[in-house]
Amino acid sequence: MRPFVFIKPDSANQALSRKDNAAQFIAGGTNLLDLMKKDIAQPETILDVNAVLSNTVQSTGKGISIGAMMRNSALAMDKDVVARFPLVAKAILAGSSPQIRNMASTGGNLLQRTRCPYFYDITLPCNKRKPGSGCSALHGNNRISAIVGWSDQCVAVHPSDFCIALAALDASVVISDKNQKKTTILFKDFHRLPGNAPDKDTNLPANAIIHSVEIPNNVFSKNYAYVKLRDRDSYAFALVSVAAALQLSNNKIVDARLASGGVAHRPWRWNAVEDFLKGKEPTAATFKEAADIAVKDTKPLTGNGFKVSMLRGAIEVALQNCLTA
Amino acid sequence: MNSRQSSRRFFLKTSSVLSAFAFIPESAKSFYKEIKKFFIPPKEMMPLVVTINKKPYTIDADSRTTLLDLLRENLHLTGTKKGCDHGQCGACTVHIDGQGVLSCLTLAAMVRGKNVTTIEGLSDGDELHPMQQAFIEHDGFQCGYCTPGQIMSAVACVNEGHTHSIAEIKEFMSGNLCRCGAYNGIVESIQKIAK
Repeated sequence: MRPFVFIKPDSANQALSRKDNAAQFIAGGTNLLDLMKKDIAQPETILDVNAVLSNTVQSTGKGISIGAMMRNSALAMDKDVVARFPLVAKAILAGSSPQIRNMASTGGNLLQRTRCPYFYDITLPCNKRKPGSGCSALHGNNRISAIVGWSDQCVAVHPSDFCIALAALDASVVISDKNQKKTTILFKDFHRLPGNAPDKDTNLPANAIIHSVEIPNNVFSKNYAYVKLRDRDSYAFALVSVAAALQLSNNKIVDARLASGGVAHRPWRWNAVEDFLKGKEPTAATFKEAADIAVKDTKPLTGNGFKVSMLRGAIEVALQNCLTA
Repeated sequence: MNSRQSSRRFFLKTSSVLSAFAFIPESAKSFYKEIKKFFIPPKEMMPLVVTINKKPYTIDADSRTTLLDLLRENLHLTGTKKGCDHGQCGACTVHIDGQGVLSCLTLAAMVRGKNVTTIEGLSDGDELHPMQQAFIEHDGFQCGYCTPGQIMSAVACVNEGHTHSIAEIKEFMSGNLCRCGAYNGIVESIQKIAK
């Protein structure tokens, strides 16, 4: 790890004024410190923002507002969240270990870097770590890589479970830019596809800070499911995950939400599948057809064709589980 | 006379060589320091204020010091173990304000004003914590390296009430790896204390 100056700002604005490209905000530190130890992140200044941003969940008329410093474990146990947004709690508990959930913050979770093995190995080329050096995974070991939305510049996947639920529930992110101006970014616009600039994970402006994540009220607290398939039963990143939620009335699907993790550079919403489901009867045949529509758009790499059938199964099971949730 | 001349020459020669030797290492040393400063940025020292097992400490240390390194290297509380140092094994688990966290991914500078409890802080003098005793009785370890982390997580598991089934215990304990495979003994120890 390279030496850095540790600063604990007194306010969010002071934190913003000290922030430049050589500085990094730290919250839980579970991702940043790991990246610093591996010499992937090399900040000269660390700004500890734990005391200057909200760490509570607030009920607003329109939904809930989750403070950027709210810990994953506290969020998953929050009574309001469990009652009104159980999909969020379920997705969080599917991720990581209790220790890391105790440390990891809401804002930090959104800014997690990929777990692509080539991103983590500084001796090998990686366009995300070193733009222009090439993508080692494209024709290399790409078992855990993307099957949709990738470019020949980068095939890495987004690692979060929490974000998959946020994508499914149309969340938005409240930020302050360097000039301390507050704006809102829709969650679907927050994370990026790799395209020609895979070094950028998100559309968060340079040196901006995340204040909170807002989730609008919804009708999905009854029929929901989060299915996560991974290399071991617990404490592993998703090979494929599916967040599903249905609004049912008179044996018809009124509204549907379907998002996946482990398949793309950002949380992936299956909009065409959602449209297909609306108005249909919630039967096994409908769900099978829905899964087929989703996988039709996938483009697996040399080593991860298995993810396609895995995804098909996960979507079917997730939709089925919505009925018994 | 001859011997006196030669001895004066000898004195002049040796003294100048010796003084040259005395100067060369110093200039080489400062040259090395200059080079080092250019290539390796100097470390940032800062006062770290922590409370470990109810005892306050103030230590002047490198800002990079993780809580784990502070415990082991600065305070010599070596009960907390360094396994992977990357948050993958759980050997370094300690409690901060009663919650299990990974000390290897926590900067010591960030725990100011918080209460850290390590494995050394669990027992009451020579009296073992019930969980420590249960690990002995139920063979909750073999080599013992992961054990301090396992016990810290096990105590949190019981305190937070995640002991309703073996599956729930295993899920809660999934952040602590045991290469000897003492998992069954660990689950039994937790069940014993949960009752």
